[in-house]
Amino acid sequence: MTTVDMRYTGSALDRVEGLEKVTGRARYAFENFPADLVYAVPVQAAIARGEIRAVDVDAVLEHPGVIAAIWYGNAPRLVPSDNADLAVFQSRRVAYRGQYIAVVVAETYEEAKEAARLLRVEYAAEDHDVRLRADHPNMYRPEKVNPNYPTDTEHGDPDTALTVAPVLVDATYSTPAEHNNPMEPHATVAEWDGDALTLYDSTQGASGVRDTVAPLFGVPPANVRVISPHVGGGFGSKGGPSPYVIIAALAARHVGRPVKLAVTRQQMFAVTGYRTPTIQRVRLGANADGRLTAIVHDAFEQSSTITEFAEQTTTPTRIMYAAPHRRTTHRLVRLDVPTPSWMRAPGECPGMFALESAMDELAIACQIDPVELRIRNEPDADPESGLPFSSRNLVACLREGARRFGWADRDPAPGVRRRDRLLIGTGVAASTYPVYRRPSQATAQAHRDGRFTVRIAAADIGTGARTVLTQIAADTLRTSPDQVLVEIGDSALPAASLAGGSMGTASWGTAVVRACEALVEGLDRRDGDLPAAGMESSADTTEEIGAQRRLSRHAFGAQFAEVGVDTDTGETRVLRLLGVFAAGRIINPKTARSQFIGGMTMGLSMALFEESIMDLEFGDYLNRDLAQYHVAACADVRDIEALWVEEDDPHLNPMGTKGIGEIGIVGTAAAVANAVHHATGVRIRDLPIRLDKLMR
Amino acid sequence: MRVTFTVNGSQQTVDDVWEGESLLYVLRERCGLPGSKNACEQGECGSCTVYLDGSPVCACLVAAGQAEGRTVRTVEGLSDTGLDPVQEAFLDAGAVQCGFCTPGLIVQAHDLLERVPDPEDAEIREALAGNLCRCTGYEKILDAVRLAAARRTAK
Repeated sequence: MTTVDMRYTGSALDRVEGLEKVTGRARYAFENFPADLVYAVPVQAAIARGEIRAVDVDAVLEHPGVIAAIWYGNAPRLVPSDNADLAVFQSRRVAYRGQYIAVVVAETYEEAKEAARLLRVEYAAEDHDVRLRADHPNMYRPEKVNPNYPTDTEHGDPDTALTVAPVLVDATYSTPAEHNNPMEPHATVAEWDGDALTLYDSTQGASGVRDTVAPLFGVPPANVRVISPHVGGGFGSKGGPSPYVIIAALAARHVGRPVKLAVTRQQMFAVTGYRTPTIQRVRLGANADGRLTAIVHDAFEQSSTITEFAEQTTTPTRIMYAAPHRRTTHRLVRLDVPTPSWMRAPGECPGMFALESAMDELAIACQIDPVELRIRNEPDADPESGLPFSSRNLVACLREGARRFGWADRDPAPGVRRRDRLLIGTGVAASTYPVYRRPSQATAQAHRDGRFTVRIAAADIGTGARTVLTQIAADTLRTSPDQVLVEIGDSALPAASLAGGSMGTASWGTAVVRACEALVEGLDRRDGDLPAAGMESSADTTEEIGAQRRLSRHAFGAQFAEVGVDTDTGETRVLRLLGVFAAGRIINPKTARSQFIGGMTMGLSMALFEESIMDLEFGDYLNRDLAQYHVAACADVRDIEALWVEEDDPHLNPMGTKGIGEIGIVGTAAAVANAVHHATGVRIRDLPIRLDKLMR
Repeated sequence: MRVTFTVNGSQQTVDDVWEGESLLYVLRERCGLPGSKNACEQGECGSCTVYLDGSPVCACLVAAGQAEGRTVRTVEGLSDTGLDPVQEAFLDAGAVQCGFCTPGLIVQAHDLLERVPDPEDAEIREALAGNLCRCTGYEKILDAVRLAAARRTAK
């Protein structure tokens, strides 16, 4: 199926928008200044559950510069939809602490901020329940898990198989709530012109925001334009419109002027999604030689009372290892907490922490090298669906990684290697991420001067999408990248799927290739003789993607970590991190390496630092800024390297690519935790690996 | 109040500045210089780093009034001609992803190389410790600073 010739595809082209970014000229959402604009500052609920009795609008209207204060009592009604989080100011109910319940609009940001601080809200508070526990009486089985996987799967007789297994691992792992924290806080500038709305928004998908926002205001999607040329990261949290977008549009309509609204870093911890905390029980039954006979993985998670978001935590366990008897389950409880959502590799990331930690425990129980254990349990086909893998090179990643890392001489004994005050250990874990592809549209236009313009409503949230689409288009058009302008980040362009699920390049690239192929064919027919207006071709990949063969398509990888644990303080440092990935063809080694390393670093950060702590008394996340929610800084990352093995998979898309945005974070935390066990003999099953857990 | 200061070589006068406004806000919202980014508003992430009288500061922690009569240099004014070697190195090394931390990191790295032309890795990590990046994993940023140092020394 691969049809793109590799002239520029595969070369390390510099990021095409790099110059704008290093000079400060790239314009992000909040940096748009329509005439006559005003500022909006939203107000958050101070209770975790209950009702809003009254809001004293009149009092804040007397403050300088204040134009309006909007809440349920005076807000315009939105058209009802099935997304309760977006129904802002449509009810007196408070579903979680920090929920947006009002907004103040003023001439300046400072005036709006001050008035929002002073706005008096009277509540009728009710008792709240915000604590996730596996034995919560309201745990239930959701209909499906994100985005559309079966909730539970079962093959064979896992219970009996576990009972008779010569070797058994039965362990419970937990991962905390984590917040995406892209560097650019969510922001939008909303401007109405009659019934037409323009949003300068920070989003991972302009087409999706348009299609979600328009019906809420009772206007056709064609009336809404979402402009988003540069996005300062998202990691899933900008996947769909969050409540702030609706508030900005609603406020702009209410006051009849353009409105700017930026979510503050502190507010982001309640209103822009987060990774659900998980409790996971993993049971592995094996023969003495390490061959698995049974795998059971049960996950317990939370969602808010108003929106069901059920993360697909155990789905990687369905494809990783061979075993005749197996079961995976997901159970969810609805608490008075903010609505969780996507965060980089939702499901795979926390799920693989548990599975890959358990595999390490099994390796120790069987006295088998953990690399060899994984190779021994490699399946011939997808172990649950029975489908062939389009390609699967986990073993190659493990072997290449082991060779590069110097794994061969590893002494498995824990807690015996000292270097000054440090205990040293090494660990390994596997990575995986599914290969998704969604329908998109694109156009390609030839100009008489030999240049081309390719248009698609894709998003570059820092991934390098604009750059790799330029390379893909140049190769298909048989020209050089400097002759191709790729326009993205605008819903007025041909509709495209969002930048999520590591499917951007696969989805958009297919549409770009098809549009460019059609253009080349048209040009060839005319023998290069172009009309004055140039020539344009378009493509829609809905049919092509709908007709693709059923196969099990996944990327794989292996991560190796070396840690040093300070014997006096319990502080863990990751001294070395190596990731080897098999992710189809790599379009741009420069942007790809950065994606892998960035993912691995976020995995390191997950292993050692990241944790949103629920305040049971007040019912929201306690650490609400970057001083208290720690993400890896420059000095936390030492020696880190990402490599890939050649993979030629003809069953993917015209470029032969698998996604690379998320796999880097999958398995990293397990590799680090396994290394910590090797260093100290202490098994940390509850992330993050804090020093107090090691000193106990 | 009125604030008058020099930004990137030209004198700016800004009226009706509220006493509590930050230098960052004035630069971004009033002076048409949104290159310096607002990512935390409390000095934790370094995205708003600018020079104030030659010293790198978090512009979100500086009250606009404190800039009165002083000189500010932002990422937009780092080079009079073309690109500064640090900007060039960030491009060449692939140290830019989403670009939101980039302006602050470039100013911070620029200051490091002004003070220490040939820094050790540990010095680079220390100098950049206050600038958070969520995309790159920092490795390419380190490469960029090493590259800029080598090019500046060679010149």
